[in-house]
Amino acid sequence: MNWLFHLGRYWIFMKEMIIKPEKFSIYWKQFVRELDNFGFGSLGIVALTSVFMGAVITIQTVYNLVNPLVPLEAVGIVARDSIILEFSPTMMSLVLAGKIGSSIASEIGTMRVTEQIDALEIMGINSSAYLVLPKVMAALAIFPFVVIISMFLGIFGGWVAGTAAGVISSSEYIMGIQDSFVPFNVVFALIKTITFSLIITTVSAYQGYHTQGGALEVGKSSTNAVVYSSILILIFDYILTQLILT
Amino acid sequence: MIDLKNISKSFNGRVILENVTSSFEKGHVNLVIGGSGSGKTVMMKCMVGLVDIDEGEILYDGKPFSGLSRKERKPFRQEIGMVFQGGALFDSLTVEQNVMFPLNMFTRLSLEEKKERVNFCLKRVNLENVNNLGPSELSGGMKKRVAIARAIAPNPNYLFCDEPNSGLDPRTSIVIDNLIKEITEEFSITTIVNTHDMNSVMEIGDKILFLFEGKKWWEGSVDDILRTDNKEINDFIFASKLAKAIKKV
Repeated sequence: MNWLFHLGRYWIFMKEMIIKPEKFSIYWKQFVRELDNFGFGSLGIVALTSVFMGAVITIQTVYNLVNPLVPLEAVGIVARDSIILEFSPTMMSLVLAGKIGSSIASEIGTMRVTEQIDALEIMGINSSAYLVLPKVMAALAIFPFVVIISMFLGIFGGWVAGTAAGVISSSEYIMGIQDSFVPFNVVFALIKTITFSLIITTVSAYQGYHTQGGALEVGKSSTNAVVYSSILILIFDYILTQLILT
Repeated sequence: MIDLKNISKSFNGRVILENVTSSFEKGHVNLVIGGSGSGKTVMMKCMVGLVDIDEGEILYDGKPFSGLSRKERKPFRQEIGMVFQGGALFDSLTVEQNVMFPLNMFTRLSLEEKKERVNFCLKRVNLENVNNLGPSELSGGMKKRVAIARAIAPNPNYLFCDEPNSGLDPRTSIVIDNLIKEITEEFSITTIVNTHDMNSVMEIGDKILFLFEGKKWWEGSVDDILRTDNKEINDFIFASKLAKAIKKV
């Protein structure tokens, strides 16, 4: 029944978080800081992961396409759809859960064990709203852009790797990525991204906010944040795919 | 003035505070002493509303505080300043931003007015030219002083200090003690200090409340404490050879 306790406490935490903020100007500064942190701070790892992910998808698809009746343009189609539908939104969210989720949990967890959250509460500040709401809003605003950048870089990585290895020509790959493009796939990917960004920020913040003890427990909260966020991302990936694509 | 009327608190069936009744007067430094696990910190957390009491009543200047909702407590909270054991300064903010924080949240002062108030508070705690430093660049004593400056920035009527001398050398402890005493008298604040430090008891205590196993065991002034024959309080206060020698004199 432990999970039921955490589920209930999570919803109470969420409810308290969305209580009206005291002063919008204070939240705005936090929001802008988090936008920078989540957006520019994540671009490096997202770019690196996306380029190599696209490269591997393209080369593996070529390697598996042994049927001479299937045109090589299909490699572009497969790479594009895999990247847009699954790899960019889901894999990038898992990467961001590791990078941003652990950072949120350890930041808030440290504030909890060093009584900084108590200091906020004594001043009459809604600590969950002050600390978490700007992070949630920033993630909801910036993660879709990060994932769109990841899509472009993934497709670009596939083109670079395919042409550099000589397994597919530039024109075949470009024809492939233009063929039978379904714009709704991008919408679906963004719906997933928004859901995952909510999971990453709120689950990680919840873990950090309810840390008790010292440095060891902050580490545990950070690990739990990444583990639970990743598991929930995979579960919701399945649920959303089932609900929207079938 | 803060009144506690028969307050009790338990955690998972373990009694931490039992029927504690006391009152803390305005313009006085009220010390709460007791061994580790005697319930001092829980009592302070109950008084500031971080922990809800199970039974009893807490009154701020005659107005009920315990049992109020978060919204109803807000006007009280803006009159409370607290100095935590570790300072609890916000790591991501500079000294100036830390002291300005409550002013940003609860006042409509202009930036110039806020800066003026911050500088006044920092000067009052004998800190200057530290406005742009981060908490990690400060010594333990400086952190405590910044915490005091932050606590007094919004002109509180009630100041709570949880072991303000912990981790400080004796000389810095005396500086912090004197600062608390001076601020209490200067601004006529109701100050409550949790402490283990016997120097503080002797130097600044106007009233002393001794907690033992969650109960109010003894209450009185510094003069009273030197004359008391209460075994538990004598064991606690005069534990060292030096203290025993002082008691004999």
